[in-house]
Amino acid sequence: MNMYDTERTEAALDVKNLKISATGVNVHYGQNHALKDVSVQIQDNTVTAFIGPSGCGKSTFLRCLNRMNDTIDICRVDGEILLDGRDIYDKGVDPVQLRARVGMVFQKPNPFPKSIYENVAYGPKIHGLTRSKSEMDQVVERSLRKAALWNEVKDRLQEPGTALSGGQQQRLCIARAIATSPEVLLMDEPCSALDPIATAQVEELIDELRSSFSVVIVTHSMQQAARVSQKTAFFHLGSLVEYGDTSTIFTNPTDPRTESYITGRIG
Amino acid sequence: MTDINTDQAKAERFDWDGAEYSARVNKRKRSELRLKAIGLTAIAAALGMLFLLLSSLISTGYHAFTQTHIKFDVTYDPEFINPDNLARSDYRGLIREVMRENFPEATDDDLRMLSGILSNAAQFKIRDRIVEDPSLLGQTISLNIPVSDPYDQLNKGLINRDTPEQFRRVNDAEIAAFDVLVSRDVVTKPFNWALFTNADSRFPELAGLKGAIVGSFYALLICFALSFPIGIGAAIYLEEFAPRNKVSDLIEVNINNLAAVPSVVFGLLALAVFIGWFGMPRSAPFVGGMTLALMTLPTIIIATRAALKAVPPSIREAALGVGASKQQVVFGHVLPLAMPGILTGTIIGLAQALGETAPLLLIGMNAFITAAPSTPFDSSTALPTQIFIWADSPERGFVSRTSAAILVLLGFLIFMNAIAIFLRNRFERKW
Ligand SMILES: Nc1ncnc2c1ncn2[C@@H]1O[C@H](COP(=O)(O)OP(=O)(O)OP(=O)(O)O)[C@@H](O)[C@H]1O
Ligand SMILES: [Mg+2]
Repeated sequence: MNMYDTERTEAALDVKNLKISATGVNVHYGQNHALKDVSVQIQDNTVTAFIGPSGCGKSTFLRCLNRMNDTIDICRVDGEILLDGRDIYDKGVDPVQLRARVGMVFQKPNPFPKSIYENVAYGPKIHGLTRSKSEMDQVVERSLRKAALWNEVKDRLQEPGTALSGGQQQRLCIARAIATSPEVLLMDEPCSALDPIATAQVEELIDELRSSFSVVIVTHSMQQAARVSQKTAFFHLGSLVEYGDTSTIFTNPTDPRTESYITGRIG
Repeated sequence: MTDINTDQAKAERFDWDGAEYSARVNKRKRSELRLKAIGLTAIAAALGMLFLLLSSLISTGYHAFTQTHIKFDVTYDPEFINPDNLARSDYRGLIREVMRENFPEATDDDLRMLSGILSNAAQFKIRDRIVEDPSLLGQTISLNIPVSDPYDQLNKGLINRDTPEQFRRVNDAEIAAFDVLVSRDVVTKPFNWALFTNADSRFPELAGLKGAIVGSFYALLICFALSFPIGIGAAIYLEEFAPRNKVSDLIEVNINNLAAVPSVVFGLLALAVFIGWFGMPRSAPFVGGMTLALMTLPTIIIATRAALKAVPPSIREAALGVGASKQQVVFGHVLPLAMPGILTGTIIGLAQALGETAPLLLIGMNAFITAAPSTPFDSSTALPTQIFIWADSPERGFVSRTSAAILVLLGFLIFMNAIAIFLRNRFERKW
């Protein structure tokens, strides 16, 4: 087998599978220039990891992808972000519909102060994704199973979601996000509050989701990025320093800053 | 070499047990103790005031919760009763006859005096019984009849029998006659239901709070019906949907100012606009309610906005994140979470409105009205204005009734505030 052939087919696949294309994205929080000229191509059926030191703008960029930053008064987003070739900041785009297609798991667990069942059922309910109660029950169970929470909560679905432990709440939020079957799932440090077993289950889920969705995950764990992602983006001080195949970034980074971060010298 | 190092380390180590540090600890403890003492003194002072207020009210007001009655056998003698016109028969004559039976040796002058022992309401009470049941004609029944105010005072020990006769409201003969009745065991002092079932009256023994309570109830109902939806609507729009700019800032400042406007100004406004321009009736609880709504509105708007602000942004983000629209976020998540705070604010606003006097005086809710209103458009008083009227009345009997009315008003206020506290505790959430 010729290695050049393989590369050519992959490149062709890349163009066809392009899900999100961000070009020259700048974000300001008031006077604070939080993201500087970031351009990234995110592919379908791929897990993309965002890594970088705290405060470098990973969450900010993630929130640009589903226009969550619209809710922050002082936040200003410039640049172009295309989802399936369509500018999501275009006037004709409905941010509500966009957020249904681009789901998000937030950095801090934020379950609704409602029952576990209602937490998961909320998305499908407002979008009318199910026609009957039994169908809804199935969606709730499937989502909770995928989020590795079903066994712990199946006997107390009517208890408030806020009564769960921090890690369970985080998985509940994952279940809530995948219940609407979004095309893109943005996960901001989804495993930061999880024990190794739950982390492994969530990573399994992420791998499974890849078959149907595109997943973007922010993580502070280099091992996790290496384990679950195919593409990795390294952010530093608001700029995208390096973006490429995960294997390349971790074994053979081009930028010295990437290398020092990965090996633990800056952070 | 090693020695120097240890010395240095020792010098750097802070001495947690030294005199310097224990002096600091003592100073801190003293200041904490001082603060606690100041706090306790303040609470004791507040409780003392409350105790003074309540004890003065209760000591004068409790008399009004009982009313002296006398039990008489009343014969519906056809001599006085006209069976064709029961409503207009000679009930005064009947009462005089009752007195003659009880005091057989009394002269006509004595009988006039003896009839005066009974309240003016006696004839109506006797009349109402037979109008209700005409078959009583010719029969004898036993009736409990309220006595007039001076004898009520006498029976409650509020009139000093040692005062010289000319300074007393009841003379020696009247006292003697009353004492005869007391010795016959026909004088009772039951709970004064009339205080709650009668409307206002010129006669203290008949005066009750029904008109005022119903009037206040209607006024609060109108006030709630207007200020709750408008207030919540305005607050939701301002807090969740309005763009942040100069105009919304201006509105915000004005609403806060409105909350600080003295209530008498709202009364003048209502007098000029509702009654003057729109020609609405004077003294009507409907107009009173609208006036109170003007005052309650800013309170509700401010409380609602504070409650909406207190809902953590993470809840909004969570809902927006699964694709909920702004409206779904506000009505499905934020508003339910803010509801306890909104209700608490509303009840406190309504409690304020219940005690508000000045604006109601200006729109004429201090009129003398002897019937409880049957609709919010009838003339009526309200609790605070009724207190105002009674406090202004010269009759002795109104002194204790004023205190009693204040106690009733305080009772309603405590009840409303208790609901507010209950709601706050019941729905308090942990995020
Ligand atoms: N709501 C906000 N208002 C103002 N500034 C903000 C806001 N959110 C983020 N920032 C600023 O934007 C910059 C990037 O923040 P961001 O949250 O994107 O970092 P991050 O890479 O996600 O960090 P972490 O790994 O700690 O989560 C920071 O300097 C931060 O102060
Ligand atoms: Mg972050």
